[in-house]
Amino acid sequence: MSSAADSAAVEARRVAARRKGIGLVVICTALGAAGQILIKMGADRLVHATLWSTLLGFITIPPLFAGYCLYALMTVLFIFALKDGELSILYPIISLTYVWVAGLSFWFFHDTLNWAKLAGIVIIVTGVAVLGKDAHK
Amino acid sequence: MKTPVESMLLVLVASFFGSIGAGFLKAGAAKLHGGFRYLFLNFKLALGVVFFMGSSVLYVMGIKHGQLSVLYPLVSLSYIWALVWARVFFDEKFTSRKLAGLCLTLLGFLFVGLGNQ
Repeated sequence: MSSAADSAAVEARRVAARRKGIGLVVICTALGAAGQILIKMGADRLVHATLWSTLLGFITIPPLFAGYCLYALMTVLFIFALKDGELSILYPIISLTYVWVAGLSFWFFHDTLNWAKLAGIVIIVTGVAVLGKDAHK
Repeated sequence: MKTPVESMLLVLVASFFGSIGAGFLKAGAAKLHGGFRYLFLNFKLALGVVFFMGSSVLYVMGIKHGQLSVLYPLVSLSYIWALVWARVFFDEKFTSRKLAGLCLTLLGFLFVGLGNQ
């Protein structure tokens, strides 16, 4: 086989691996956002938000427990994605979570929606993406 | 309902503790050698986990009152703390790109704060 065909095959594998990594991280953002909604539902159920009752709530309030389970699952998936991907490409994608959380909060909790808040979220996502782009593997 | 300032402060303190936790995890991971069982004997890793748990408790207390669409974006402040720790403890360079990211994130906070009504 010629070396040109060789390097084309290597390049194709690299692109496929990158696509898989990006797909996994997008799934991570969805899991992370779903986790946040569950954690908020759990927090709303706390009767007294003291240190100890909150700590106990992690195991006694089902949505809170489920929310942190999703968070753990997301962390494991993200580590898997990092195994064959570059951090500087994958990390900025994580900031998509802010977009999903905002959207889901308007939907589930009827948060107020206004231009200042939307602009703020877009600017934060951009800022986090810019920060993450500088990350090293 | 307007998000109370105390809730925002709790989330900000949680993000601060979370970034300290991440710093200890990094310091602990750097010393990781000699098999899986040392994972449980690693003082810095254990401290990192404790800080993460403390941060999670404060976060949940913080988001009990107020809107998640205001409070969750505040978590991104932990990236800014992480930049400080990276510069001070791990001698990572502070680039102009990082400065740009930091300024954008802070500007975003300002807008989210303005939209909090």
